[in-house]
Amino acid sequence: MRILIKGGRLIDPANDIDGTHDLYIADSHVVAVGDGPTGFHADSVIDASGCNVIPGLIDLRARLREPGQDHKASIESETRAAASGGITTLCLPPDTNPVIDTPAVVELIARRNDEAGYARVMPLGALTRGLKGEQLSEMLALKNAGCVGISNALAPILNQQIMRRAMEYAANTGLTLFIHPEDPVMAQRGCAHEGAVSTRLGLAGIPEAAETMAVAQHLMLVELTGVRTHFCDISTAHALRMIKRAQHDGLPVTCDVTTHHLHLIDIDIGYFDSNCHVRPPLRSQRDREALRQGIADNSISAICSDHQPHDADAKLAPFAMTEPGISGLETLLPLSLRLAEDGDASLSEIIAHLTIQPAEILGLKLGQLGVGSVADVCIYDPQHSWTFASDEMLSAGHNSPFNGWSLKGCVTHTLLGGKLAYELRDIPTL
Amino acid sequence: MKRHDIQLDSDGRLRHFLTIEGLKRDILTDILDTAENFATVGEQNVKKVPLLRGKTIVNLFFEPSTRTRTTFELAAKRLSADVLNININTSSTSKGESLLDMLHNLEAMHCDMFVVRHNQSGAAHFIAGHVAPHISVINAGDGSHAHPTQGMLDVFTIRRHKKDFTKLRVAIVGDILHSRVARSEIHALNILGVPEIRVIAPKTLIPSHAENLGVHVYHDMNEGLRDVDVVMMLRLQRERMQGAFLPSEEEYFRSYGLSREKLKLAKPDAIVMHPGPINRGVEIESSVADGPQSVILEQVTHGIAIRMAIMSMVLGRNPGGEIKEAV
Repeated sequence: MRILIKGGRLIDPANDIDGTHDLYIADSHVVAVGDGPTGFHADSVIDASGCNVIPGLIDLRARLREPGQDHKASIESETRAAASGGITTLCLPPDTNPVIDTPAVVELIARRNDEAGYARVMPLGALTRGLKGEQLSEMLALKNAGCVGISNALAPILNQQIMRRAMEYAANTGLTLFIHPEDPVMAQRGCAHEGAVSTRLGLAGIPEAAETMAVAQHLMLVELTGVRTHFCDISTAHALRMIKRAQHDGLPVTCDVTTHHLHLIDIDIGYFDSNCHVRPPLRSQRDREALRQGIADNSISAICSDHQPHDADAKLAPFAMTEPGISGLETLLPLSLRLAEDGDASLSEIIAHLTIQPAEILGLKLGQLGVGSVADVCIYDPQHSWTFASDEMLSAGHNSPFNGWSLKGCVTHTLLGGKLAYELRDIPTL
Repeated sequence: MKRHDIQLDSDGRLRHFLTIEGLKRDILTDILDTAENFATVGEQNVKKVPLLRGKTIVNLFFEPSTRTRTTFELAAKRLSADVLNININTSSTSKGESLLDMLHNLEAMHCDMFVVRHNQSGAAHFIAGHVAPHISVINAGDGSHAHPTQGMLDVFTIRRHKKDFTKLRVAIVGDILHSRVARSEIHALNILGVPEIRVIAPKTLIPSHAENLGVHVYHDMNEGLRDVDVVMMLRLQRERMQGAFLPSEEEYFRSYGLSREKLKLAKPDAIVMHPGPINRGVEIESSVADGPQSVILEQVTHGIAIRMAIMSMVLGRNPGGEIKEAV
């Protein structure tokens, strides 16, 4: 299959390209940029004039609810939603059921992905068996089976000696360790940022210290063990400052932020909107500004959706009793693009946070469109704006706090390995 | 994003009563004036008025309570409404789904009002957001968030003793962190124009950013009580010792319990209030609770009048009933 993407504005931060260039694809790879190779006959031509052509997005964190929670979503439903959002690679945390702690589970996911995948699903392996924080998992076997990183997801490891050994062992495998920095005791029972809003609403607070204490502790262990570490879901200005200092000191640490922490703050909870119940919680305006600054100065390497689709019942209860999380695949691109509109960073910088930079964290040769690259492509119309309606989402989870937002940057085509994974049919309107 | 107050109908009248926060002073004054009329009903031989005849009110209590439920029940009965009491063990409805199922079942029985108490903050808002349009919800206490009828009966009691809210200094003493009563009192006092509200407690029992509620924070009772017109004591839950909020009841009483000695720091005509039930010797000395400055039992009496006022205002909105002519 030969495809020509014609007349679009190609933005490929990895190769420092931003301009009108045609893109030539053959046999799932990019074969030329700008001028076509001699004798290239396209089987299919995509007219991308007026559109932006960027590498397919790489989302560092998405729960697909398969295996284990089929009533919420499936690999099929969620990769389809991902493709509609221009996402071609999804990183799956190990807290599935069964936990991704054996090669068999990795293979099961790979098989389901082959059957029904509209995007590439890349699993993270469990750091400890069953995520119980007691015994090390067989990390080398997991790596060989296809895990692109290692993580204990949201499950805490209470014994710091075990954490140290796990980090040492992970360093030994060469896998990047993904950490959710949350002190389990400090965060206990909390459901909202500890501050004026939690006080007003009488919700149990999660203090900033729940994050900073965990970051501090892990930074000490990174120094001790040397493991390459990626901090997920940074939500506070203070924790980001600590990570920046560690980066400055030469520690091998990176971090990411979610789109919702870049746009929402604790005040958005309003009167107990359970769609704003997330973990870590939505923080203060000051934190949000610092996180946006972190995108601009690149101390934060990636923007992710932290996609957590839920069935309707999961959000139908008093706030603290609802399950945390946002269904975010379909808003990842437009909400990120809005940062460029708001002037927080350049368009190319934003695209880098969604493509080449997360690819580098995973150690994958993706997220770029140079000659020879895998043809994962997202084409979107930057001018088209529409009103986001959560009940029209493709994801099985309609739990989005962005319902009713006016969004801009509508995906028209998504190519996965040179094959069309999504094409816009009905143009959504304002 | 637009956000409307689900408590109010399109004419700005109370459709539900979930929190005092955000209500206009006029509405609060209306409630107090209406309650003033009802306060005399209880003193008459025939204690009933036919305002809510034919209406069905369901007391939906997910958390045990005797006093609040009883006063709601009495208030409803004095308004001639039919009352159904349902006490639900929260553990059997831990899933929101069954909670909503139960609500819809009650709706199908043509109830008009739910009076809800729940141990989760936001439960009343959640229920109000999911009931049929003809049903009103009154919050009888949700988690640490709000207890608005208690807040209203407290300011009603204050108004009966102190004529002008705009000249008062009020101290609220105790577990502010976990107290829905304190939050509702603070909103009511601020809306009614009280210029100085103090909260007094050890740091462990003061929530983060408490000043944003519109209060001055004191950790020393001797400073905080000086020259106040009203002392509102809060109940201390015994389980606070386990959570490492406090070392012991004894130390708490010595530092933050209201004794006759400490009360002398307040104005000589200061009134002493408590939402009940009282832990004698923990937050308040018996001689103060039963003393001449105490208005604690009046609060209980006023609770009925306030709840009658709120129920009749919320259910009496719709024109074309006996309600209008009876008032």
